[in-house]
Amino acid sequence: MSSYEAGFRVWRGDIEGGGLEDFKVEVNDGEVVLDIIHRLQATQAPDLAVRWNCKAGKCGSCSAEINGRPRLLCMTRMSVFSREETITVTPLRAFPVIRDLVTDVGFNYTKAREVPAFVPPRELGPGEYRMTQADVDRSQEFRKCIECFLCQDTCHVVRDHEENKAAFAGPRFLMRIAELDMHPLDAAEAEGLDRGTTAQDEHGLGYCNITKCCTEVCPEGIRITDNALIPLKERAADRKYDPLVWLGNTIRRRGR
Amino acid sequence: MTQVERQRWDVVVVGAGGAGLRAATEAREQGARTAVICKSLFGKAHTVMAEGGIAAAMGNANEHDGWEVHFRDTMRGGKFLNQWRMAELHAQEAPDRVWELETWGALFDRTADGRISQRNFGGHEYPRLAHVGDRTGLELIRTLQQKIVALQQEDFRESGDYEAGLKVFQECTVTRIVKDAAGRVAGVFCYERESGRFFVIEASAVVIATGGIGKSFKVTSNSWEYTGDGHALALLAGAPLLNMEFVQFHPTGMVWPPSVKGILVTESVRGDGGVLRNSEGKRFMFDYIPDVFKEKYAESEAEGDRWYDDPENNRRPPELLPRDEVARAINAEVKAGRGSPHGGVFLDVSTRMPAEVIRRRLPSMYHQFKELADVDITAEAMEVGPTCHYVMGGIAVDSDSAAARGVPGLYAAGEVAGGMHGSNRLGGNSLSDLLVFGRRAGLHAAQYAAGLGERPVLDEVQVDAAAAEALRPFSAEGPTPGEAEEGRPPENPYTLHQELQQAMNDLVGIIRREPEMEQALKKLADLRVRARRAGVEGHRQFNPGWHLALDLRNMLLVSECIARAALERTESRGGHTREDWPEMDRQWRHANLLCRLADPTGGLAATDPVRGQIRLEREETEPIRPDLLALFEKEELVKYLSEEELGS
Repeated sequence: MSSYEAGFRVWRGDIEGGGLEDFKVEVNDGEVVLDIIHRLQATQAPDLAVRWNCKAGKCGSCSAEINGRPRLLCMTRMSVFSREETITVTPLRAFPVIRDLVTDVGFNYTKAREVPAFVPPRELGPGEYRMTQADVDRSQEFRKCIECFLCQDTCHVVRDHEENKAAFAGPRFLMRIAELDMHPLDAAEAEGLDRGTTAQDEHGLGYCNITKCCTEVCPEGIRITDNALIPLKERAADRKYDPLVWLGNTIRRRGR
Repeated sequence: MTQVERQRWDVVVVGAGGAGLRAATEAREQGARTAVICKSLFGKAHTVMAEGGIAAAMGNANEHDGWEVHFRDTMRGGKFLNQWRMAELHAQEAPDRVWELETWGALFDRTADGRISQRNFGGHEYPRLAHVGDRTGLELIRTLQQKIVALQQEDFRESGDYEAGLKVFQECTVTRIVKDAAGRVAGVFCYERESGRFFVIEASAVVIATGGIGKSFKVTSNSWEYTGDGHALALLAGAPLLNMEFVQFHPTGMVWPPSVKGILVTESVRGDGGVLRNSEGKRFMFDYIPDVFKEKYAESEAEGDRWYDDPENNRRPPELLPRDEVARAINAEVKAGRGSPHGGVFLDVSTRMPAEVIRRRLPSMYHQFKELADVDITAEAMEVGPTCHYVMGGIAVDSDSAAARGVPGLYAAGEVAGGMHGSNRLGGNSLSDLLVFGRRAGLHAAQYAAGLGERPVLDEVQVDAAAAEALRPFSAEGPTPGEAEEGRPPENPYTLHQELQQAMNDLVGIIRREPEMEQALKKLADLRVRARRAGVEGHRQFNPGWHLALDLRNMLLVSECIARAALERTESRGGHTREDWPEMDRQWRHANLLCRLADPTGGLAATDPVRGQIRLEREETEPIRPDLLALFEKEELVKYLSEEELGS
């Protein structure tokens, strides 16, 4: 097993301000960036703040930016960098910093609450749900999301535009709307809720101009843009501009 | 009186994994104003790491399945030490708890006729695990998280406040349960990670749902949070822990590279056809079928292989024995010099299934090995070895109500509660456990809180003591009054933690020996003394060194429980293997070991190295109800039960 000393540059500070701090730290075979951050805590900076839980790419806690790119610290192997390279670790840029690598990701929890929940079909009781695998495949892809919020961080609609945050749910929660919209038994429509239209009107789908940055950073490899956002845009467009759909909706609402 | 912020809620749930969230939704639906204290961000709990599935006898894959079969499997898996009433309730209620998740939006994998698909797992007679690929825990936690949000949306529509009836306190940690003068639960003392600020929640009932203890061991599949907080909170509040010697070492954790050692490799790999081989290429599990399971497992590779397609006429392969058996077998193979290059054995699916099936059925495993170990599991075997995974022991609870013993208003559910799994848990029984008993704990906590005439009044002395205790790491430097330790520098909490993990791994691990456990108790005493001087740098705002210094108290308490109980139980059973007592002893079948705080009044009389903090007590288990015993053949029962038990 070979080890070497790497140069690390870690952002330290809080809401008041801060800057990059340089470290020299040991690196061993097979290690990931989070291992190195932990070694810094244990040997040089005991109060270095970082979020992490599972260290297995399953919980989505240790999101940060490595050399400017949004990534999970636990799934970024040191072997992808050269030994000479100085590795820079900074907090997620789209969210307010709390301390060091920890940011306030409350934006995401606010947005989660604004998406209406799954609506169970009234006519089916527990144990009576029947769905084919082919029909649940699409939503299941989106439910692989570990809520690391890297897509929310990288999305240019909010990354450098704080002012867009109020009107824009971000890729993760637009994908959540798509997931519910594609759920074979979601009864939202029967209750008068058109998820496609609300994505456009209430959750800012129109801000997305499908640059696919979200898809690129997704550690789960979810095809957010192609499979969730574009189909959702198509649905919303159909609803808005198709006079027959409009008429049908209007008549049905009146009948309720 | 310490000036800290106070809030009032009816029920406080400590922990926001599967059990905590299920308890919280239930308590809120019962009308209790419910607060959830969540050590991490909401939705990040260790439950997300559960991979294989939720065990529930729905009978979708095999119509012969039913609660009685599930009950039998659970008792066998736990070597009959299970709190049988819990195993009964669990088997009966698990299907309803799974179906209910569908009505909250969960999307399980489907059978051909559109029902919930169920897969095979170790120790389960029929395919029983509802699953979503190999990320079932994530589906469970997300579904419960979204159910909480749905309830908050309801509250918002009625009151204009999302948090009127149900609030999640993210990144907060409870350090003490606070009681009233009569010894009833009156609230909890907490700190907020972000600011380091203290606060107190006054509540009539507290549900502990904090999960396990794995972070006391070096090689573990457990996440950062698993520091035995709830176990320690209960002990400190005066409630006993049950059978803490039983710690499950999952047979298949990653072994290479070192930085990922311990990360879980799901049992589904074996359930779906993966096999274990040693360095000679031999499927060694056929040599390790214990007598109690002889009739139920295949005798040859050919029979085992046929079983996947024809379970009626063949027996299952021994790779699917309960986890304790497989973990011991791997340990023995490695010890005999037949291990893999990095000290494990080989787990192979690449020669058993086409690559695209592997990628579809085991996507996380494919991803995990590819990303972290440069291993393509569709082309080569994985190297695996045992990893500390789960504690069967936990807070002693009433089976029906999940109430902890001796402390009115205290409840516990999920991994932190003891009894349900006996000496060894079957895979898949954890997710079902936390749903069944999470709901029960939430229900009974809410009913208890509603039934109390007046809210218990916090004992302010306890609040002051909790605040002082939490602040101690900041003033660790210098002499402690009355102690001759002048000028000694503070201890580094990270170093103490590493030493603790190493000691537990080496001395109270998968195979145990009396002298090593005695040595472990000495080491724990030493660490306990040093931990009083654990010091931290910096301030209270999001300071991981401080958090670890506080968690050390809990890990040391729990580790002592494990070591003491393991030393006391002179037999091998389930997740407790003694090299010096290798046989299962039927006289121990009806003995529970309870751990209590040795000096409840002294708070932390931790500095006495000899006596320790934990007192052991032995009690008789309740006799198994006759109609439940009648579910087994007499020939099987004689392997487990003593003459007296059989005679009645």
